[in-house]
Amino acid sequence: MPALRAVGVRDLLDEALASVLARPSRSALTVLGTVLGICALVATLGVSTTAGHQIVGRLDELQATEVVAEPAGGSGFGAPPVSELPWDIEDRLERLNGVVAAGGYANVDVGDRLVSSFLIERLTRDLSFRLRVVAATPGLFEATRSTLSSGRTWDAGFSEREDRVAVLGRAAAERLGITDVAHAPAIFVGDEPFVVIGILDELAREGDLAAAVLIPEGTARGLFDLGAPSRLIVDTELGAAPTIAAQAPLALIPNDPDQVRVTLAQAPRGVQAGIESDVQALFVTLGLVALLVGGIGIANTTLVSVLERVGEIGLRRALGAGRSEIALHFLAESTLLGFVGGILGASGGVIVVVGFAASRDWVPVLDPWLAPTAAVGGAAMGLVAGLYPALRAASLEAAEALRSG
Amino acid sequence: MLLEGVSRTFETEPPVRALRQVDLTVDEGDYAAIEGRSGSGKSTLLNILGLLDAPTEGRYWLDRADVLAQSDSERAATRARRIGFVFQSFHLMPHRNVLENVMLAGVYSRMPRGERIERAESVLQRVGMTHRASFVPTQLSGGERQRVAIARALLTHPRLLLCDEPTGNLDSRNTATILDLFDELAADGLTLIVITHDELVSRRARRRLVMVDGMLSEQPRRLDEPA
Repeated sequence: MPALRAVGVRDLLDEALASVLARPSRSALTVLGTVLGICALVATLGVSTTAGHQIVGRLDELQATEVVAEPAGGSGFGAPPVSELPWDIEDRLERLNGVVAAGGYANVDVGDRLVSSFLIERLTRDLSFRLRVVAATPGLFEATRSTLSSGRTWDAGFSEREDRVAVLGRAAAERLGITDVAHAPAIFVGDEPFVVIGILDELAREGDLAAAVLIPEGTARGLFDLGAPSRLIVDTELGAAPTIAAQAPLALIPNDPDQVRVTLAQAPRGVQAGIESDVQALFVTLGLVALLVGGIGIANTTLVSVLERVGEIGLRRALGAGRSEIALHFLAESTLLGFVGGILGASGGVIVVVGFAASRDWVPVLDPWLAPTAAVGGAAMGLVAGLYPALRAASLEAAEALRSG
Repeated sequence: MLLEGVSRTFETEPPVRALRQVDLTVDEGDYAAIEGRSGSGKSTLLNILGLLDAPTEGRYWLDRADVLAQSDSERAATRARRIGFVFQSFHLMPHRNVLENVMLAGVYSRMPRGERIERAESVLQRVGMTHRASFVPTQLSGGERQRVAIARALLTHPRLLLCDEPTGNLDSRNTATILDLFDELAADGLTLIVITHDELVSRRARRRLVMVDGMLSEQPRRLDEPA
């Protein structure tokens, strides 16, 4: 008796491939739904990872290089801390390896003095405001990655000489009606005059300083009542922030480092991931729907194919195919269609992601497993789609099939 | 080959008794023709002989094996290796050329791939179709198509060739070619069973059986016929 056997895998694939290629245009149209579905899925996932990395990348860079130091006692109503933060921040911190820039500031208690700009053409209007006045060290501008729209900032010499200069945050400058410093505009804090030497455009960190008038720390101490710095900002090399955070307290208050509270910024990844996943979920759902439609398309075509090829099924049975081999043949066909659809769809999706990234000068970011998984997913869907048609084909009676074919 | 009391009833409304208590013994190397009008049950008998259908009662031994006790895959294996089929409508795959059509029979008999081509070329030569090996069936005449189908049936060295109205779609000249081929195959010792309603065909066989209303009877050889 001939031994029980199964048809060889290679023969099975060859037969399925030959059948699929025998009707090329039908196969192409059948595959289209799967291609679109897989393409939509891969493109959605790829574009959102690409975009995600882009956004995360920018924030991360800013956040991963920021260290903030504050007095441990806080600014509440408690007893004043024994040791205060020093003002010579740059000298103490910029020596540390990994620090790019460091600076600090404190609010100046100006009592009920108002800030005004006495420009001749505006004398008729009341241009006195209650503005925040901040004493800052020269390193603050670099540490907060500030850009100037006009003028310059001060250096240590201005502070030592107690020069009456001021740099305005953008919002403060707008309120005072000062747009540039070409004519050395003056402002008054109460009765004290200051020359505006610079106007800030953007502050990457400590954005609330945009509404403040910044003056050198030395000048502020000479004119007003000034305490210790309330906030120190350190810009570090990428990756150096944790080390700097550990070293900064000792560098600032060697005899009482516990008085310094150091904060490492945390990226708001949670929120961002939430926003991403909402959009992503929508597109993934659309992709899955397209894939489902593609699967139904394969199931439908394979079923039609089974009904059309009853004669062929009869012939194969006569040539020695068992029912299981007939089922396997049609499963292989639908799986092949799904697999080809998966490969084409994954390729299309990758092209979309790369094109999208290129159009925005972004780096395309793709999970390396995404494309292979998509192709295998297409094949798996083809397999499932072929189950019913394959069972129909296998259940045909050979004699009946030969007669009606 | 031995059939004992084989009946086949189709469970239609009303039930059709296609075969009634058929007994048949076919020895190795026999060349038998089964005559009968359409609806007489001869195709049903052929399907049962070819293990494509199972009788509702009776027993069937092929090569001393009780094939009705076998599983679907065992019977499929027997079909693949021992039995060749030739059909009235040829059943060639329209998208494949002659050589590929012939080689298809090797797929389910697990013939090694290398051997398939060699063997296919050899059987095509046997039926005189080597010159058409790369043609597709639609480019061939009816007689040529049937010769390709015979080549396919011969690919796996079957012991039994079952032919269902092999000349039903052919003109007399092509019929003659096919019948000459059958004579040669029978002379080589292949067991042939041919179903036909054409007396020309049945007269060429060594045994003539007649099927009437599901019952089979042996026809005595006439004196004017060649032995």
